[in-house]
Amino acid sequence: MAEYYSDRSKYDVVIGLEVHVEMSTKTKIFCGCSTAFGAEPNTQTCPVCTGMPGVLPVLNEQVVQNAIAAGLATNCEITQNCKFDRKNYFYPDLPKAFQTSQLYLPICRNGWVEINGGNGKKKVRIHQIHMEEDAGKLSHHDNTGETFIDYNRCGVPLMEIVSEPDMTSATEACAYMEALAAIMSYLGVSDCKLEEGSMRGDINVSIKPKGSSVLGTRTETKNLNSFKAITRAIEWEIDRQIDLLENGEKVVQETRRWDDEKGIGYTMRSKENAHDYRYFPEPDLAPMHISDKWIAEVKAKIPELPQQKQARYLNEWQLSEYDAGMIVRSKALALFCEETVALCNEPKEVVNFLMGDGLRLLNENGLDAKDMPFAPKQLSDLVSLVVKGSINKTTAKAVFEKIFRENIDPIEYVKANNLEMVSDEEELVQMVADVIAANPKSVADYKGGKKAALGFLVGQIMRATKGRANAARVNELIREMLQD
Amino acid sequence: MSILKLSVKELRKKITNKEISVPEVVKAQLAHIEKTNPLYNAYHDINKNALLRAETVQKEIEAGTLDSAFAGVPVAVKDNICTTEMTTTCGSKMLTGFHSPYNATVVKRLQKAGAVIMGKANMDEFAMGSTSETCYYGAVKNPWNPEHVSGGSSGGSAVAVASYGAFASLGSDTGGSIRQPAAYCNMTGVKPTYGSVSRFGLVAYGSSLDQIGPIAHNIEDAAAMLAIISGYDDQDSTSLKQGPFDFNDCLKEDLEGKKIGIPMNYLGEGIDPEIKAAIYEAAKKLSELGAECEEFILPMVDYAVPAYYIIASAEASSNLSRFDGIKYGYHPKKFTDLEDLYLTARSEGFGMEVKRRIMLGTFALSSGYYDAYYQKALKVKALIKQAFDGAFAKYDTILSPVAPTVAPKLGESLNNLLQMYLSDIYTVSVNLAGIPAVSLPCGFNKENLPIGMQFLGQALSEKTLVQLAYAYQSITEHHHKKPQLEVL
Amino acid sequence: MNIDAKMVDYVAELAKLRLSEEEKLRMGEDLNNILVYMDILNELDTENVQAMTHVFDVNNVFRADEIKASYPREEILKNALAVEDGCFVVPKTVE
Repeated sequence: MAEYYSDRSKYDVVIGLEVHVEMSTKTKIFCGCSTAFGAEPNTQTCPVCTGMPGVLPVLNEQVVQNAIAAGLATNCEITQNCKFDRKNYFYPDLPKAFQTSQLYLPICRNGWVEINGGNGKKKVRIHQIHMEEDAGKLSHHDNTGETFIDYNRCGVPLMEIVSEPDMTSATEACAYMEALAAIMSYLGVSDCKLEEGSMRGDINVSIKPKGSSVLGTRTETKNLNSFKAITRAIEWEIDRQIDLLENGEKVVQETRRWDDEKGIGYTMRSKENAHDYRYFPEPDLAPMHISDKWIAEVKAKIPELPQQKQARYLNEWQLSEYDAGMIVRSKALALFCEETVALCNEPKEVVNFLMGDGLRLLNENGLDAKDMPFAPKQLSDLVSLVVKGSINKTTAKAVFEKIFRENIDPIEYVKANNLEMVSDEEELVQMVADVIAANPKSVADYKGGKKAALGFLVGQIMRATKGRANAARVNELIREMLQD
Repeated sequence: MSILKLSVKELRKKITNKEISVPEVVKAQLAHIEKTNPLYNAYHDINKNALLRAETVQKEIEAGTLDSAFAGVPVAVKDNICTTEMTTTCGSKMLTGFHSPYNATVVKRLQKAGAVIMGKANMDEFAMGSTSETCYYGAVKNPWNPEHVSGGSSGGSAVAVASYGAFASLGSDTGGSIRQPAAYCNMTGVKPTYGSVSRFGLVAYGSSLDQIGPIAHNIEDAAAMLAIISGYDDQDSTSLKQGPFDFNDCLKEDLEGKKIGIPMNYLGEGIDPEIKAAIYEAAKKLSELGAECEEFILPMVDYAVPAYYIIASAEASSNLSRFDGIKYGYHPKKFTDLEDLYLTARSEGFGMEVKRRIMLGTFALSSGYYDAYYQKALKVKALIKQAFDGAFAKYDTILSPVAPTVAPKLGESLNNLLQMYLSDIYTVSVNLAGIPAVSLPCGFNKENLPIGMQFLGQALSEKTLVQLAYAYQSITEHHHKKPQLEVL
Repeated sequence: MNIDAKMVDYVAELAKLRLSEEEKLRMGEDLNNILVYMDILNELDTENVQAMTHVFDVNNVFRADEIKASYPREEILKNALAVEDGCFVVPKTVE
């Protein structure tokens, strides 16, 4: 594995991202074949998406709708008169030998997304978003020297989101992609699962001497499909480029690939003519005119987006930025949280449960927040019990786990199992008196200065009450009683 | 044999009156094709199931469930229109033996109407040509004189009907490919308004120019076929949102009030004097029917051919890229790697004219030349449409020649490319503007070779054009003349 | 516009056509003749003319996002060069 020494302090890093997002429409962009993931090869195909002679495309309206929503959610201008173009090149995953895409009039332009890349908030500008179709899937068999082609994925609608080169680190790049993923999944436009390939990133990296206004030559590394790979690929490429410059060599403009297993990048043997794609307007598709009315309709349906939610949580609930940020990562989790808070009005308590035991239990059971195995009301009731003082924190934790695993009703459960906190003053006073009487040595220790003895005494009462005593009050009472 | 010389309308009457059954017609048709095909080479793949189909159709007719204008009528389909039965080769080695998994929309509609497809008709390779000599499966010969070409690219479709091997046929027209072979073979052909007939299943040549249309012995038959195949198709995004044409009330003989424009700059130098004379003679006849004929200058005529060839070739270069030897089509026997597979399949599978147009089209779209060639041609296209708009503001139709000569001799045309391209001068502008045109017989030259003329109309004016053709054919006999077929 | 041998090679490469040396020469000649003829278009002033990509002013042709049955795999594969495990097979792509 190549290791590069690089003195980064002398250079500025310039990073742009081209992110491909697979839309989660039911059907492909130009035909009615299903887009469902995981089918047997070539079982979700038809003459249209396999480029048979004589076929014609018909545009899926939902694709346009999704693209408009994506553009509005990222502050873009919608290109109201837009169209498709053909991008011509030969490759086995492209059955028509052209990709129907948008060059001249992409559907969205000039937007931005706010990220927090470790150095505070920053805007990353979006150059454009355009619609295009995905290609098939190739699998290379090294032993026989053959390539197998599966066209199931061919024709799945894609959005390509092209950023301006506004990022300066791998952290920012990942933050940007995460922000996009959150927005797109909130919109319901894509499930943005990098592992499944429904979101893929191409990174463009260049470096320049610190403070220089002249951009360096950039390289493109394609098809990175995990945040880890993106980070590693960027770091490695930065080092490689710096190393080249330090050795008096030039960076060559080229397309590269990243081998995440080996941890190295390598050139794609680009043979020809730097890609003369001979773009021309697609004659088989009608141009689109996106009316103000349509835009307004789409805008009205856009749900509250992650950043807005986060800001609202900070304001209304006084959550910490960290907590708010964590909750909004999953739309389902955020909604669950909101529904629960609406019932009990205790945001901090609710968040504590969900972020702590909630996430832990979901993970353990391989569940997604949208599959929460109980209803907001149950959590709300539990929180109310805690806040009222009916149960203590230890009990609450145990009850929460029961709610998750067995879907119980907390109020009934607490009652049925006698889990209410003992808070009756007379009862407590009696118990304290009893424990003091029964443990003269600890009392002596405490009076002698050993603070730990107090904990022991509290512990005795907690044990006797099976954890139900109001620990705080017991603590107070013991101290009061032992003061004289 | 005599039944084969009937018109579609006459045949339908006999079938309806139970004077003849569909299997009888098809049997006679098959026997006739067996004799004529070796001479004229109209067909490539003959339908093995024709007789079975005839029996099915006959049963449906008897059951009363089938009553269309083409029920039981034998037809030919140009070989660039996809059919699940019979191969679809586009006259090319590149698609030898290709079995389409689907039927073109027009084929489905003809099947639904009960037509019996006799076979797929030969054509210039991938529709690129004006003589049908570039057909990989042999040139198509003209029944009026087999030493002459049939015209192209729908040569097989025209000859199938002209030699009584079918009662009507489907052709395709990108720059004149229905109208010119129709004219060369004394047939009546229609190139419909762009978008009025579905292109789904038509192997694309020039996507913004292609249309499928009928070829028949007369306009009534052609119109009946057009009525069946036309109308909105949701599988074609360029399909106009309207129903099929209805020609029921335009089969009239009165042309009173119709204004006919004749472009004098079409009838200057370069056109065969006998053709010119035939056009003027036709104008006289039309005047007898009450029309007003007037000569005028049609702008932009010199620019149509170059604009057409740039646009058609550019689109074709992209449309033909899918032929790579992998998914279907010609599979080379030997190749070393992927690159070699592409190069070998395409070089061995395509003929020279196709390669030439792919090269021209690729060049016109390539970086640095796109603006000067492709974009420029699209602007000229806009100007040509404007020119027609201007003309149709004054005239109901434009009367024009179809070709500057009658059918040339075999082997003469391919030597002089430019001259061959220029012979499309009267037909290509129609495709560029997306307007309809009807080509029909208007005379013969000294050597008894057919001369054709065209009626051009504004978009969706098919009814006017059909009426003009019908009226003209009601007082002339050219379309009734029959060739002396060598075989009988 | 003059198409030289280099241009012929470039265009043939883009179009994935293999031409013999003789074919390249002829192709160059043919293309040059055609292009010289096409220069007639430069006589026209088209500066204020919009390129017409579609003849009729039709916009927004869409279909609903509804699943239609796909084709049986055998139909899609039946004309292929080579098939294995339900996939089209080609010699290894060179990256």
